[in-house]
Amino acid sequence: MQADAAVARRSKLPLAVAAIMILLGLALVPLVAGLYQTQLLTYGLIAAIAALGFNLLLGYTGLLSFGHSAYFGIGAYIVAFLADDFGIHSMEAYILIGLPVTAILSALFGYICVRHTRIFFGILTLALSQVLWSLALKLFWVTGGTDGLRIPRPTLLAGLVTFTGAGSFQRFITSYYYYVLAVFAICVVVMWVIVHSPFGKALQAIRDNETRARFLGLRIRWFRWIAFLISGTFTGLAGLLWAPLNGLATPDVLYWPFSGEIVFTVLLGGFRNFTGPILGGIVFTYLKTYAVATTEYWQLLLGVVLVLLIVVLPTGIVGALSSLAVKLKARQKS
Amino acid sequence: MSILVIQILNSLLYASVLFLIAAGLSLIFGVMRIVNLAHGTLYAIGAFVTAWLVGQALALGVSLGWLFLLLPVGAVVVALVGFVIEPLLLRPFYRRAEEYQLLVTFGLLLILEDVIRVLWGGLPLSADTLMDALPSVRIGGFLYPGYNFVVIAVGAVAALALWLVIYRTRFGVMLRATSQDRRMASALGLNVGLVYVSAFAIGCFMAGLGGAIIVPTQAAVLGMGVEALVLAFVVVVIGGLGSLQGALVGALIVSFVRTAGIQFFPELELAILYLIAALVLLVKPTGLFGAA
Repeated sequence: MQADAAVARRSKLPLAVAAIMILLGLALVPLVAGLYQTQLLTYGLIAAIAALGFNLLLGYTGLLSFGHSAYFGIGAYIVAFLADDFGIHSMEAYILIGLPVTAILSALFGYICVRHTRIFFGILTLALSQVLWSLALKLFWVTGGTDGLRIPRPTLLAGLVTFTGAGSFQRFITSYYYYVLAVFAICVVVMWVIVHSPFGKALQAIRDNETRARFLGLRIRWFRWIAFLISGTFTGLAGLLWAPLNGLATPDVLYWPFSGEIVFTVLLGGFRNFTGPILGGIVFTYLKTYAVATTEYWQLLLGVVLVLLIVVLPTGIVGALSSLAVKLKARQKS
Repeated sequence: MSILVIQILNSLLYASVLFLIAAGLSLIFGVMRIVNLAHGTLYAIGAFVTAWLVGQALALGVSLGWLFLLLPVGAVVVALVGFVIEPLLLRPFYRRAEEYQLLVTFGLLLILEDVIRVLWGGLPLSADTLMDALPSVRIGGFLYPGYNFVVIAVGAVAALALWLVIYRTRFGVMLRATSQDRRMASALGLNVGLVYVSAFAIGCFMAGLGGAIIVPTQAAVLGMGVEALVLAFVVVVIGGLGSLQGALVGALIVSFVRTAGIQFFPELELAILYLIAALVLLVKPTGLFGAA
């Protein structure tokens, strides 16, 4: 047992080194890349946070949600309400108020949804998310209807960093990139701890064999509920970060095809491993941006990519890369 | 009083189309255990094809009476699309986890939505000549379009025909056997692949028919499929996935609630429908008529 622990400790060290290297690499991006690329990567990191949260349900708990737009969208709308109706312009305030609200919403929706699994779970999550979408669409005197709500640039770090005057857009993009990168790094660490904790192991046990997990005495519904809550809150945080960058919250981020995009993101990276959704979030952002830029028929392109992905790379990019690495290693040995 | 009659007729009109979409969705799920996210888009294709055909025929100077024969043509085109899609796109995934099946239909949705855009552009396509061709009916002090009765009748006939096919024909027995136990049906010598492709094509035909008959009353627009799908979901969730009676009752409930909603509380009309669906799933997960 002690030897096992030692091995585990040793194998974690190169992982931590690699993670810090990647983080440093990401931190250098605004210095070498242009403003547009920096902005795009910020969107990518936000999508990665949403995907990371989503994958706690799909990859680790085995529940396919088709309603995660609800949590992303509510995050975006909370920022809009706080900015437009309460005159709050501090990013920290958005997060401090927004996180509990999205957590409560996830807890409420999750409480209803985890009574079911498989296809019924998916439909229920979808139906509940569409309640919010239809409210955002119809209560136009609160939400602005399809026009949405404008979100001004917030201040960062409790008002220490403000963006007014000449060159403020450039400064905002760069500062906001580092802000999102910091939040992203925290999210990755927190999620890593969660999935490697006894709680995370319990989720995976439930995913792999529900009956056996129940015989072990696990309270299955409770575990699923907590996983749902964490998952929704992560995606909600992504929505909170997304709104100021986008500058506009519209009902589109609550509509169910957006939930489909989140699923797509996670599948693209691969949902059977930890890093898959992170890579998926970044790659999907670039894929969609360039698809939209090159052709009017970007949905067609994305649809074909999705179908091909399922046929050729069902384990996603990271899954395919890691199985390739295993094969290469085996060949070296022989 | 006559307003009440008109509202009831409107509800029936709406229920008729919703039933056609939801029954197809339900049939496909019942037999193949696939929730087809592209089903609404197939309905939209039915609408676009019919509107386009009517437009072409009018340009050629075809007389009005013949135009009505174009309604089933739109539905048949969608059924043919189904015949192509099932073996090509869905069949490879039956052995895979249902997450993948759902995602393939989502990919199909994205593709078909843009196929519509490629073929017909982003502009609405109208076929209201058909609606104007029939005389209006006087109800109390109001004029009510006679075409709406055609839509209601088509919905009723389709419901009856589908019931007859499923419960009174040999093919229906095969369909039900496959839906009960695919492997056992196959072991008994049924050509399961053929049953699957027929079930999918019938489901597509129903969706296409829904689109074809509604398009004279409202233009075909982009996004109508995505919107219709969620409502069809609500219908099958209330009625029970895989149940024909469920689709009928669900369509009636949704239509009457929606008509009442538009009349009395327009802002919450959609939210209430989704909440009803969520409530039914909570109380009776299999829906009102669904089997466990």
